[in-house]
Amino acid sequence: MIPSDSVVMTSVDEVLSWGRRNSLWPLTFGLACCAIEMMATGASDYDLERFGCGVFRATPRQADLMIVAGTVTLKMASRIRTLYEQMPEPKWVISMGSCSNKGGPYWHEGYHVLKGVDRIVPVDVYVPGCPPRPETLLEAVMMLQKKIRVQESSMGLLGSLRKPA
Amino acid sequence: MSTTHEMVEGHLSQSLENLRTDELLLNMGPQHPSTHGVLRVVVVTDGEIVKAAKPEIGYLHRCFEKHSENVDYMGVAPYVDRLDYLASMNNAMGWAIAVEGMVGIEVPRRAEFIRVITAELQRIASHLMSFGTYGLDMGAFTAFMFGFRDREMILDIFEMMSGARLLYNYMWVGGVSRDITPEAIAKTKSFLDYFEPKIDEYNDLLSFNKIFIERTKDVGVIDVETCHSYGLTGVMLRGCGVKWDLRKEVPYSIYKEVEFDVPVGSGEMGTLGDCWDRHIVRMREMKESVRIVRQLIDNIPAGPHRGKVGKVVKVPAGESFSRTECPRGELAFYIVSDGSAKPFRVRCKSPCFLNISTLDELTRGVMVADLIATIGSLDIVLGEVDR
Repeated sequence: MIPSDSVVMTSVDEVLSWGRRNSLWPLTFGLACCAIEMMATGASDYDLERFGCGVFRATPRQADLMIVAGTVTLKMASRIRTLYEQMPEPKWVISMGSCSNKGGPYWHEGYHVLKGVDRIVPVDVYVPGCPPRPETLLEAVMMLQKKIRVQESSMGLLGSLRKPA
Repeated sequence: MSTTHEMVEGHLSQSLENLRTDELLLNMGPQHPSTHGVLRVVVVTDGEIVKAAKPEIGYLHRCFEKHSENVDYMGVAPYVDRLDYLASMNNAMGWAIAVEGMVGIEVPRRAEFIRVITAELQRIASHLMSFGTYGLDMGAFTAFMFGFRDREMILDIFEMMSGARLLYNYMWVGGVSRDITPEAIAKTKSFLDYFEPKIDEYNDLLSFNKIFIERTKDVGVIDVETCHSYGLTGVMLRGCGVKWDLRKEVPYSIYKEVEFDVPVGSGEMGTLGDCWDRHIVRMREMKESVRIVRQLIDNIPAGPHRGKVGKVVKVPAGESFSRTECPRGELAFYIVSDGSAKPFRVRCKSPCFLNISTLDELTRGVMVADLIATIGSLDIVLGEVDR
């Protein structure tokens, strides 16, 4: 228990990343089979909300985490890029499932598949599996939170204050 | 000289005549929470009225038919699972029946029992998902949570049987990949006891909810002639009162030995063949599936779980056709073989593709909110629409 008249010393980075990593808002964005597992992760049994990551937003403008869940076809690739660009900074991407990692089971024979979503958007965490279990996605979210913790969060904020565009 | 009042009246009537509302082209999707995947609907709206809704598909095209020509018969099975990823067991069963028709393998009776049990459990899981997401589309979040809670129990049973949660690769040519364990049987029984009263609870919660009825009755009405002209099957056809179920009419596997009813829509809440009718048919089908599994689960005969099939399935030249009743309608496979290890040509007739093709006809002249209700009641899976 911290007394009410005490002072907490911390860095700006730490405070910002604390806020960011514990209120990740993912984009409601299902592509294929993995989306069902993503929905299952957000539903009653696995409850993604426990990790501060359960507020699925239907619009990219309110989201800061994109979970690419499913096969990325060439037709869909440009739309994913658009959605990514519509998301406000800071933003992160989890590539869920073999298909979005590297084309998955369609890698060898498929003429339709984008061989890795990292060709169009920068990916932070890759989740293997076809489809990955919900526990795997939870692990990926925790890993992303660790990653956000060590990122230098204040760089962009203070940088823009110092040098107005 | 006219009075001010007449002038105003005249001006108003003139301006109302000249008042033209512009048509608005609205893109719904491919990223939209209510399109159940990556479906894009190009909607022409006049105010709140939908004038045309053209579905544009192909965002999840996974070249199933071309792909099948490059892998052997056993290798196609995992891709069949990924067609309709909410009903993998039913899909795989259709493929296995099609290949077995060419090879002439006799499927052991134990395998047939396991197949029908898993197929019916999968039907329940698929309809639960439909119940949950349809509730979500209509603004009922609790239905989604309840649907997923019970679906997880079925997935646990499947995990005990096949080792996977969603895409199982369980139904192999000649039988099933692994035998059913006593633990899985016990778990299935306890699930059935738990789940059967839940269906009535869900009906009270969602199906007979006043708000839900008001949203879905008299919306998306389809008649029998339209169904036939589009080639619709499954819940779409049964929703408008036609008692057509392949499990009854052209029984495959051991369906002629089990007793069950075919629920049809009757226009209880509004017009025959509206969204509510389709929803209630799904809910009642779950009850029938429970009935089928109950009849089979205690009487699984002893014996092998897979017939004598080599590591590579040798298929003679010829062709084969199979059709099975999937949760979304009739799924048909047509295979042409030239005697080699790989299929020469595979054709898959998907029920979801036919269902979505009626969207324009169903939603002409309705409100925009009713468009969501109609898409939800079609219960499409884009993996199967695009293939």
